Amino acid sequence: MNRLLVLFRRLEGPQTIGRGPAFWTMFALVLLVACAFPLLTDGYTVGNTVYFFVWVFIALSLCLIWGYGGSLSFGQTAFFGIAGYGYGILTLNFGAAYGFTLIALLLAVGIAALFAMLLGYFMFFGRIAGVFLGIVTLAVTLTLERFMAQTAGPEWHIGVARLNGFNGMSAMPPLTIPWSGGDIVLFADVGLYYLVLGLLVLVYLGLRVLMNSAFGNVIVAIRENPERAEMLGYDVRKYQLVTFVIGAALAALSGVLYTAWGQYITPSSMGMTAAALPLIWVAVGGRSDLTSTLIGTLLVLAVFQALTIYGSQYALVFMGALLVLTVLIAPGGLVLAVMNQLSRLATRRIQGK
Amino acid sequence: MALLELRRLNKHFGGLHVTNSVNLALETGEIHCLIGPNGAGKSTLFRLILGEYHPGSGDIYFAGENITALKSFARIHRGLSVKFQVPGVFKGLSARQNLEIALQSRHRGVALEQEIDRLLSFLGLEAEQGQTAGNLSHGQKQWLEIGMAISLKPRLLLLDEPTAGMSPEETHLTGEMVQRLNAEGMTVLAIEHDMAFVRQVARRVTVLHLGQVFAQGSIDQIIADERVAAIYLGQAHA
Ligand SMILES: Nc1ncnc2c1ncn2[C@@H]1O[C@H](COP(=O)(O)OP(=O)(O)OP(=O)(O)O)[C@@H](O)[C@H]1O
Ligand SMILES: [Mg+2]
Repeated sequence: MNRLLVLFRRLEGPQTIGRGPAFWTMFALVLLVACAFPLLTDGYTVGNTVYFFVWVFIALSLCLIWGYGGSLSFGQTAFFGIAGYGYGILTLNFGAAYGFTLIALLLAVGIAALFAMLLGYFMFFGRIAGVFLGIVTLAVTLTLERFMAQTAGPEWHIGVARLNGFNGMSAMPPLTIPWSGGDIVLFADVGLYYLVLGLLVLVYLGLRVLMNSAFGNVIVAIRENPERAEMLGYDVRKYQLVTFVIGAALAALSGVLYTAWGQYITPSSMGMTAAALPLIWVAVGGRSDLTSTLIGTLLVLAVFQALTIYGSQYALVFMGALLVLTVLIAPGGLVLAVMNQLSRLATRRIQGK
Repeated sequence: MALLELRRLNKHFGGLHVTNSVNLALETGEIHCLIGPNGAGKSTLFRLILGEYHPGSGDIYFAGENITALKSFARIHRGLSVKFQVPGVFKGLSARQNLEIALQSRHRGVALEQEIDRLLSFLGLEAEQGQTAGNLSHGQKQWLEIGMAISLKPRLLLLDEPTAGMSPEETHLTGEMVQRLNAEGMTVLAIEHDMAFVRQVARRVTVLHLGQVFAQGSIDQIIADERVAAIYLGQAHA
């Protein structure tokens, strides 16, 4: 009971923007609208919204590793891909009965996390940091893409699951919840929507608690000054590794949900563009805060999709321009800058009264 | 028994012999000052003690244990703590958060908040607690980092030029603080250029010159030593 209270208190703190009744009322309202949303719109829009939500996990993983931890990682896309393929291979082989898709989800995330643990061990305990961390993780991502792209031949299969090279894997079962009255299959509409929304709320609040805890303090301290953090007795590399693995697991969750959503996964989901886009969402949103990352990602995704209608090359150019604009006028993130401005106005209003 | 003992400690940077067979023994409970001209190897010696640099040869003993191969954080756990020459605060975080990060491994919940408040008032930084540490004055950063260093309740406190950038009054206050901590049982090794501070606090003084222990004794003995005056003068002329 007491523990629970401590957790609740950690929902707010210096590491996360948003506190007090005003913020949580807003949060509850947004959540209410999000819950009612499928009732107000058509199936296509719901499915499309799930697609947006799915990407938020990888964005939050970058927020954690890069924004809070200070290490720029291109590896999130690799973990995304590993988990996506992992889910495909597992479910194509073992099917969806007895709730196996949910076990496959956990296993796929676990495999990606294990991979991150190995990679992270060599990087952090090998004292690879800064730009080199970005280079190593990018190399890993692109190597995986190249590797998967050349698996077109029939010899590339795991069990009955063909890897299919550049065309990728498809036709894996969607997530399925076992139920006494018959399994509930979560196709990419209302069912999956509520599952992903639930996970999103859980992850968002969980990360808020984590970042405002003693652990979060150390993560931010390492970003600010790793030497000082070590000289306060913290084993910096261990903290970096744990953060990296948590981030990998979140990116992997994105990968599994994406694969289950569209029932396909291709090597290009691990390509250069795929690796760069999450960085742009997070940079434009405001990488040093969970809320600005979440809002920014959803906004940029929506705009990106709207522009894609006129041609994806224009959308990509727009993304580049947006990134340059961010770096020039609000290096901490556009959404974050707006949020800070709003909260400044709000406090001035209160003080004015 | 010596709390800290350096035995024939050597460190090279390429061809530069930065510490040359340094022997130094620190008694438990003393305040010891390390002085010497710029580039003498004082800060390097601290980094060797802390495990940021590894010696080419020689050993470091702390409370009887050979800690030469230990990682930095493990040495901190043994009871070492440091304030760096260039203030190493968490610039983007508030002064209060800086102290919280230093204190949180020893305190929790309400006790943690009380301990932060106590330390803030001890350092005279109550009014600045909400300010971003990077925006504090140089002297305030020094105090903040000293606060972080002492919040670990170390057995040996290493201070690298704690009074740099402070006014004479602030320097004197820092001296009093060091004496108070020492009275509570903390052993202190301080690098200082400010002779007023050294005179105020030090029981023993070691002079480091060109990476070697050049002289050792009470402050009066050191000041009376013409050879010591010569190396400082030599530098002034150089
Ligand atoms: N990482 C390094 N690589 C190469 N040379 C170094 C390194 N660190 C220190 N030095 C050199 O070692 C010598 C001693 O430096 P150190 O910082 O220990 O001097 P100091 O006694 O603390 O001087 P000051 O009083 O100016 O702080 C200097 O000549 C310095 O240039
Ligand atoms: Mg120095």
